[in-house]
Amino acid sequence: MTDGALALSQHLPVVPVLLPLLTAAAMLALGEQRRGLKAVVNLASTAAGLAVAIVLLSSVSGGGTDVTAYLPGNWPVPFGIVLVVDRLSAMMAVLTGSVGLASVLYSLARWHHAGVHFHVLFQLQLMGLYGAFLTGDLFNLFVFFEVMLAASYGLLMHGGGMARVRAGLHYIAINLVASMLLLIGIAVLYGVTGTLNMADVAQKLSLVPDSDRGLLLAGAALLGVAFLAKAAQWPLNFWLPPAYTAASPPAAALFVILTKVGGYAILRLWTLYFPADAGASALFGADVLMWGGIATLGFGALGMLATQDLDRFAAYSVIGSSGTLVAAIGFDRPAVTAGALFYLASSTLAACALFLLVELLRRSRQRAVVPLAIRDDGGLTFAPESERHASVKRDAVEAALVGRAIPSALAFLGVAFALVALVVTGLPPLSGFVGKVALLSALLEVRSAAAWTLSALLLVSGLFATIALMRVGMRHFWSPSERPPPRLRIAETVPIGLLLGACVMLVVAGEPALRYLRGAAEALHEPTRYIDAVNGARVVERAAAAAAAPSSGWAR
Amino acid sequence: MELVVSLAIGVMAGAGTWLLLRPRTYEVLIGLSLLSYATNLFIFSVGSLAIGMEPIVQAGRPTNLEHYSDPLPQSLALTAIVIGFATTALFLVVLLALRGLSGGDHVDGEDRP
Repeated sequence: MTDGALALSQHLPVVPVLLPLLTAAAMLALGEQRRGLKAVVNLASTAAGLAVAIVLLSSVSGGGTDVTAYLPGNWPVPFGIVLVVDRLSAMMAVLTGSVGLASVLYSLARWHHAGVHFHVLFQLQLMGLYGAFLTGDLFNLFVFFEVMLAASYGLLMHGGGMARVRAGLHYIAINLVASMLLLIGIAVLYGVTGTLNMADVAQKLSLVPDSDRGLLLAGAALLGVAFLAKAAQWPLNFWLPPAYTAASPPAAALFVILTKVGGYAILRLWTLYFPADAGASALFGADVLMWGGIATLGFGALGMLATQDLDRFAAYSVIGSSGTLVAAIGFDRPAVTAGALFYLASSTLAACALFLLVELLRRSRQRAVVPLAIRDDGGLTFAPESERHASVKRDAVEAALVGRAIPSALAFLGVAFALVALVVTGLPPLSGFVGKVALLSALLEVRSAAAWTLSALLLVSGLFATIALMRVGMRHFWSPSERPPPRLRIAETVPIGLLLGACVMLVVAGEPALRYLRGAAEALHEPTRYIDAVNGARVVERAAAAAAAPSSGWAR
Repeated sequence: MELVVSLAIGVMAGAGTWLLLRPRTYEVLIGLSLLSYATNLFIFSVGSLAIGMEPIVQAGRPTNLEHYSDPLPQSLALTAIVIGFATTALFLVVLLALRGLSGGDHVDGEDRP
């Protein structure tokens, strides 16, 4: 590698934040028209963001340097803000990029026409997500949360309509309150420790006198409540199903990763601040996380069983997977965390695909095809073969139907639905199964009441999801109806195919993926590695500083 | 002064919480604003409550909070004010949109008996 390339590659951690920000600013300057150009720019920027995230992931998956700290303002730790790439944040960044790319591809078929500034909001949302995953500073975490949420308010209401606006009002009110709790929690932590750098706070916690411990724990609990509300933990999650089902499909698919941010923040901060060897405050709140997560998983499972609509089912499956992650954090075991992370990756991709599939399946149920989809430039054109048989009474002349080719649109929907169902329910051979096996085998070694409960619930929730999906599948694919086969466009089918391909890849590369995640979990449970890496970050000296300086303005 | 500030925070947070649970969107908006005032004051008070103290370390004086006011909570409060103001304004827009769509000012868009 040449010197120039080396100098550039050290700035890589800031690219996932700067790239969407600059793209959004440029697109805003383009005005409200020129949607075609903006679509191309958005797609290119999202794909580039994913590529950078993958490079970051491969840079930390090697042996030695698996935590990289970057100083955007070139101020020394702990005074300046810091971006940290470790295995966990790199994995979350790659998930963000994948979900983002799938959503933006899908939106290009029709949905980006439904309102102005869709692409701008989309990029800002990505910026907030990447920033929240990469930052190593508490207040910066709040700022990125707000960027992410402010963009999500707009995206939720993309497309307009009473249902979206009403769900949006509730969603904004709840998130504003949660953000205030987050702020109060951060302020208390600052008051106790005198620092905002996550690693520095972790170091100072052992020096906190006993008289301040109550205040410290109160601050941490406030932070925890704010994150749990965003991670949709029961009983703080009643906002999620109405909001996610009201949102347009590409927005809902992107929101799948939003609940993961809360879980990520809990995992990051609790492993840093309250590890098992933290003395009096060791494993603070672990029981709440454990049983709260279990209650959430149970709530999600019951919701999945109770609902009749596929989009509500998808929303409850998001709740269930979020509950699994939080419950796993409470156990504080590397093996359990690793299994939960694998399950998290697979369920995120599957839930995203499910949200995208919902609309296509619904379109196949409805006779009236949405007007925009008819204008078929570059879309998949399928001969409406079944129309010839439309008048045939099925039960009367069954023979006329034998040998009829299934229209390929319906075949795609059927196969995609079956694959998504396999991942969501955790049946072999897809990635949901691998994740559940990794999680269950780790839980069997814990041997506590909570571990048995969680194991049983994981299996029961799989059963409930299977029942619910079979019910939906039978209604969509086996019920006779005289509708023409749905028309699908390439931009609508490709993202679903890509997401399912990623789920298959997670199985094919299951061994290295699990090894990577085990490394991530072990690093999380040895917080000194993270702390040392952040403290080891050195400012760039004068000569090189000129290159780093321009990126200092975005921080606060 | 500690008593006055903490009373102010408590009263605003209490009133804000009560208003937040009301069924009218305007009351919710005012409740959110009061809560965010309380939050901002709280962040501000995490530093050191003092009058006429400069937020900078001066030469020849010991560097503890007896002799200067911590500038960081002040800048945090500033950022929180800006963000809180923007999101509250956004909430106001959504409030008006809901009002336009539903014709009422109930948070659910309709009055249920």
